[in-house]
Amino acid sequence: MKFFKKLFINIIIYLFVLLWVFPVLWVVISSFKNGNELFRYPLTFFPSQPTVQNYIDVWNQFDFMTYMSNSAFITIVATVLTILISAMCGFALAKYHYRWLTIVFIMLLCTTMLPSEVIMKPSFTILYHLGLYDSLWGCIIPCIGTMTGVFLMRQFFITVPDEMLDAARIDGASEGKIFTLIMLPICKSQISILTIFSFKWRWNDYIWPLLALRSKNKYTLQLALRVLSGAEAVNWTALLSASVITVIPVLVIFIVFNRQIMNAGLSAGVKG
Amino acid sequence: MDKITTKKKRKDRKQIWAILFVTPNIVLFLLFFVSPAFVGLKYSFTNYNGLMKNDWIGLQNYIELFEDSEFYAALINTVKYSLVTVPLGYVTALILALILTSKSVCGNSLLRVLIYWPTLLSTIIVGLTWKWLFGETFGLINYLIKLSGGTGIGWATNSTAAFATTVIAFVWADCGTNMLIFIGGLKQISEDLYEAAKIDGANSWKLFRYITLPELVPISFMVIMLSIISSFKVFAMVQTLTNGGPGTSTTYMIQYIYSTGFEKMRVGYSSAASLVMFVLLLILSIVQTKVNNRFSDY
Repeated sequence: MKFFKKLFINIIIYLFVLLWVFPVLWVVISSFKNGNELFRYPLTFFPSQPTVQNYIDVWNQFDFMTYMSNSAFITIVATVLTILISAMCGFALAKYHYRWLTIVFIMLLCTTMLPSEVIMKPSFTILYHLGLYDSLWGCIIPCIGTMTGVFLMRQFFITVPDEMLDAARIDGASEGKIFTLIMLPICKSQISILTIFSFKWRWNDYIWPLLALRSKNKYTLQLALRVLSGAEAVNWTALLSASVITVIPVLVIFIVFNRQIMNAGLSAGVKG
Repeated sequence: MDKITTKKKRKDRKQIWAILFVTPNIVLFLLFFVSPAFVGLKYSFTNYNGLMKNDWIGLQNYIELFEDSEFYAALINTVKYSLVTVPLGYVTALILALILTSKSVCGNSLLRVLIYWPTLLSTIIVGLTWKWLFGETFGLINYLIKLSGGTGIGWATNSTAAFATTVIAFVWADCGTNMLIFIGGLKQISEDLYEAAKIDGANSWKLFRYITLPELVPISFMVIMLSIISSFKVFAMVQTLTNGGPGTSTTYMIQYIYSTGFEKMRVGYSSAASLVMFVLLLILSIVQTKVNNRFSDY
């Protein structure tokens, strides 16, 4: 009896999970069908003649290499800068005790209350006046300051004993040296968590590229996908394979860092 | 005397370093948070259209806003969307968390990974994925409905159906994070509580009702608040999936703000709508912080 109950739960949950991942699987399967088969009734489940032609077409027709390198540039530069300034700010908030730092902390906390989606037009005005319009930096600079990152770092540095810093100070190390040579190396696991999340945020970002980029050769993958899907007659053959290409880097990161991602999600509930 | 000055010097230097460390974040905060907020506030009192018209018109935008049926439609749609997605997402995430922490399920961690995985997809991809499944003539779902003898549903033309697609896509994409938060919370509950209750003869429903659920209250609250805020912010996913249609039936606040500001170029008017949205989010955030503080006292 107990065995059957257990079996029953297992069957149900496995079926449910299969159903859960099915939408993505269906996109992947469909992307290997040729254009005729895609819309032919009755629908086939597996492609009758699997083909990578869609991938070749989308790669040649659209400037995918450019979009991908734009996305990669934004993601990499923004992630490095995010880690650096988050660690700096988190360190200062945790290890120096001035009253004005508390005010800084509260101010930064306010940013979580006003998502950039709400102030798109004024943000655009600011971007424009800073000369960041139609530049990849326009998708980098506005989003490297993240409260999630600062908070993550602060929480870690609070656990570092003050004696460690004092010892270094007695040895004559400057504060900058303490930060770069002692503090940064010990927050490796925080850095890796933030790297993963920043990668996801920036690679998947749509709002800032939408606001900042105008020329086609500066498009990111997400923006290109949006333009493709917003067309009057949606070109599904291209769109499906383009989506799969776009997802691959995130999938790779997820597989490699799966353990860190699941643990970070467990402890912090990081949203972005 | 000399000693004191060097000590003071060192203290000053320390403070200078502290300032240096927080400067980048402060500058970004002023540039991309404070100034857009003020620019937006200023716009909301003008008839700015992105080009030349830029006259102070006082509260006129706000007055118009409260008589605008499209704005009300967007506001009501957003609230309705929250009221449906949040409970649905909450229950789904909690049930999944309970099942995937139970010892009788084999391969827990793999299943968790698979449930979590959609949260890593971009909003555009989520929209596209479901658009492909919910296609009216070519979509798999309508095909299956027809196979089993029904008539296909006009996912893009029927407003209830379109609303349902946006709900399903949102819950699917959002659930993984909440599930992980719940799993984290479930792990915190002491085994002793369950053991003690079992000795007293409690069945599994009672264990859930009188131990799990009360112990999860702070976490539940956090999940609900986070979900409300993210359902309020929904934009690109719906834009890809239904583009706000049919009519205005799936036009939510951000979409409304975007289309009045960027497509109709009524910047001032759209900024007034942003401000209303901001006030709503602000109230939610304040409630969240207040309640969170109360929970963290325990």
